[in-house]
Amino acid sequence: MSDGLRIVDLRLDVEATGCDIVDQVSISIAKGRVLALVGESGSGKTTVGLAVLGHTRRGVSINCGKVFCGETEILNLDEGDKRKVRGRLVSYVPQDPSSSLNPALRIGLQLREVLEAHNFGGSDEARKARIKEMMAEVLLPSDDEYLERYPHQLSGGQQQRVGLAMAFACRPSVIVLDEPTTGLDVSTQEHVLKTIRQLTRDHGVAALYITHDLAVIADLADDVAVMYAGRVVEQGEVAEIFKNPAHPYTRHLVAAAPDIAGKKAIIGLAGRAQSPGKRPVGCAFAPRCELAEDACRVEFPAMVSVSVRHDAACIKAKQSSSGVGASTKSESTRKIGEPVIEVSAVSAGYSGNLVVHDVSLTIRKGECLALVGESGSGKTTVSRAIGGLHREWTGSIRLNGREMKTMARQRAVADRLAIQYVFQNPYGSLNPRRTVGDSIVRPLLIDGKSKHDARRSVLEVLDKVSLPSSYTNKYPDQLSGGERQRIAIARALVSEPEVLVCDEVTSALDVLVQAAIVDLLSDLRRQLGLAMLFVTHNLPLVRSIADEVAVMSEGRIVEVGPSESVIGNPQQQYTQSLILATPSIERSMR
Amino acid sequence: MNTQPELQKFEKPDGLLRAALRLKRTQAGLGLMILVIGLTIAGPLIAPHTQTEFIDMPNSLNIPGALFGTDYLGQDVWSRFLIGGRSILLLSLSATLLGATAGTFLGLLAAIMKKKTDEVIMRIFDVILSFPQILLALLLVSMFDASPTLTILAVALSTTPRVGRIIRGAALSVVERDFVQAATALGESRIRILFSEVLPNVTGPLLVEVSLRFTYSIATIASLAFLGFAPDPTAANWGTMIQENSVVIVIQPWGAVLPVIAIAVLTIGTGLCSDGLSRVLAGIDRGGKGE
Repeated sequence: MSDGLRIVDLRLDVEATGCDIVDQVSISIAKGRVLALVGESGSGKTTVGLAVLGHTRRGVSINCGKVFCGETEILNLDEGDKRKVRGRLVSYVPQDPSSSLNPALRIGLQLREVLEAHNFGGSDEARKARIKEMMAEVLLPSDDEYLERYPHQLSGGQQQRVGLAMAFACRPSVIVLDEPTTGLDVSTQEHVLKTIRQLTRDHGVAALYITHDLAVIADLADDVAVMYAGRVVEQGEVAEIFKNPAHPYTRHLVAAAPDIAGKKAIIGLAGRAQSPGKRPVGCAFAPRCELAEDACRVEFPAMVSVSVRHDAACIKAKQSSSGVGASTKSESTRKIGEPVIEVSAVSAGYSGNLVVHDVSLTIRKGECLALVGESGSGKTTVSRAIGGLHREWTGSIRLNGREMKTMARQRAVADRLAIQYVFQNPYGSLNPRRTVGDSIVRPLLIDGKSKHDARRSVLEVLDKVSLPSSYTNKYPDQLSGGERQRIAIARALVSEPEVLVCDEVTSALDVLVQAAIVDLLSDLRRQLGLAMLFVTHNLPLVRSIADEVAVMSEGRIVEVGPSESVIGNPQQQYTQSLILATPSIERSMR
Repeated sequence: MNTQPELQKFEKPDGLLRAALRLKRTQAGLGLMILVIGLTIAGPLIAPHTQTEFIDMPNSLNIPGALFGTDYLGQDVWSRFLIGGRSILLLSLSATLLGATAGTFLGLLAAIMKKKTDEVIMRIFDVILSFPQILLALLLVSMFDASPTLTILAVALSTTPRVGRIIRGAALSVVERDFVQAATALGESRIRILFSEVLPNVTGPLLVEVSLRFTYSIATIASLAFLGFAPDPTAANWGTMIQENSVVIVIQPWGAVLPVIAIAVLTIGTGLCSDGLSRVLAGIDRGGKGE
């Protein structure tokens, strides 16, 4: 099989400082195969993806390297030629379909524009036929009424399939997909992934699939390239990488990924990759690597062949892997006590439209209940009602038997402090103009504690979330996503609450960080006997953290039970389909 | 765990003001502002004559001891120019500050209370905005008198809705953010959320708007004086000076030109500053700090 896409020794720099964002990236993808480019945020995956189209973000320039799409070298083309090549020879599917389609134009027109721009098909009739053919290929209706629709009249999954249709419209030979399913529900994701696989195989397209989701990779990709701090540290066939990861970073990634059908414990890793310009000499992973030795810090290790079509850039790649995180925590029996929060017959809505119907839940002391469901199922509304952030709800929420008022402001101070809320996005939940210490200390000052006592409590709680006390003077800007989420958790814990409501707390974080946060939350729950409501759309994660799980669909709870039995042996059809649609590493490797 | 290197502790994010000061245009703008403001502070102290003193024939040039000649009443142009800046600057500065404070408060209130309060505040703003700034001020000072207090109030009144709208717009997106929700969940009072959570996050647009409004206030108050509505008609005042001496600009240009230059320089100075601030705010010219 010939190569559809070949990237040779690509390097991109920040123009202002000359620091490398991406260096020594060499990847080749055969026609009809999907290569997944995986790494945490900031590792340079998207930068590489855009470079394949000869494009860079502002302030970034391509220093050296070559990108071959078939026989054509992209980077040497002039701007006009690059434009001709984009969409025709190599096309791009961006992450967020709702912002990548023009909201003011009908989808039919947007599809036609692509064809016209490249003079594809020659005549209007031929183009019309091609559009119909494309719509059929992405499993969307191709009648005129449908093509007359505006993007907002389609669901997220349909929008992304229109995006795919646009990308495949001129039959490109290379396609770059930048996290096209992030933000889609699992069942929608399943359809989109199926479409991608079908189209790449049928048309012999080389696909570069950028993602951070290992389970999706296992499900979809043929090959994997793992990026860390701007370099490819390991690449090879999917099965080989998942079964015998050779680079310590890959091992950590695999260990940190929750799986719906497989292992339960996930293991995180402290620290973070340094940004361009601050990266260490030698192997960038060395500061976080338990196997690192002096030689690692001298120069970047060369790619060595581990087995056939499997290379890793680690001097210890060939040594047998000493499984990551051998120190699995003993599953101490949890002390589950009295019910702390009782939600009964809660219905809630927005300006008269009910989105939650008759929901009842009980969380006991020391117990973690996971509330799962697809977007729009009403899970966040329930959690906001418990936290006193939602105005329109009826029913009853009791804390230790005491009836709770609707809004937090109407509740007694002690009750407000007893139920603490951790928000989804740590980038939004901390005031950027306040130091970390000032943010954490507020609940205590509301409680009427003296400044001195409050300060001591802040230091204690920082220690609980494994951050040094020097962090009190930092601003959120200076922290990584994981650190910010730790701070948000510290703020929730400082008033010694009984209930912690966690609303998708890990969805904005990378897998390694997610694993570390889940680990932290489990520890804290055990130590402090917290009752925890863990709201998530991430089913695999449920097995790793929750004792009980409640599945929500269209505002109602469809199934409740111990997480092992609900996930392992779901009774309701909805739960079954949800679990089946969730990609799994174990299932794919079988 | 691996802690970050100690280095990072000192890497404080640049504040808006500091970042703006690194731009050439802000430096130049600030320089011009300091020049004019310094002149109005030091002016009365170094003026060779008093503002109403008759020194020579009216409208004459080339008089020993009077650098820019005499005006239409035979008073010293240079002295009147040095003295006449203070009142206009004080008036416009207080009017701007008053208007900006009221506008900020009402804008934040509208953003956080939403619904009825928002509606009421915004419609009142619309009513005020439907009058051109100078007309509204003229209406008020001609109905009553041109006392300093009323001039300040009149200009502040027309400044308030302009600042208010900008602040409301900026605050609306801040109010939706999770840290405001977090404060709400803790049961913080609305006023506290307003001032300690939201306000610090809209200082950028506020600074830009205030410096822009300052320029407009100077122009409005100078225009009022030009039209004859100055607190004290005999006292030197840049606006009055332009009016009095514009008729004889061909034979004795300095009486009108000097104050025009001063007002222009001050306006350009504030304009450059507000431009610098807004550039930094918009993320242009962040000095290649992007990714």
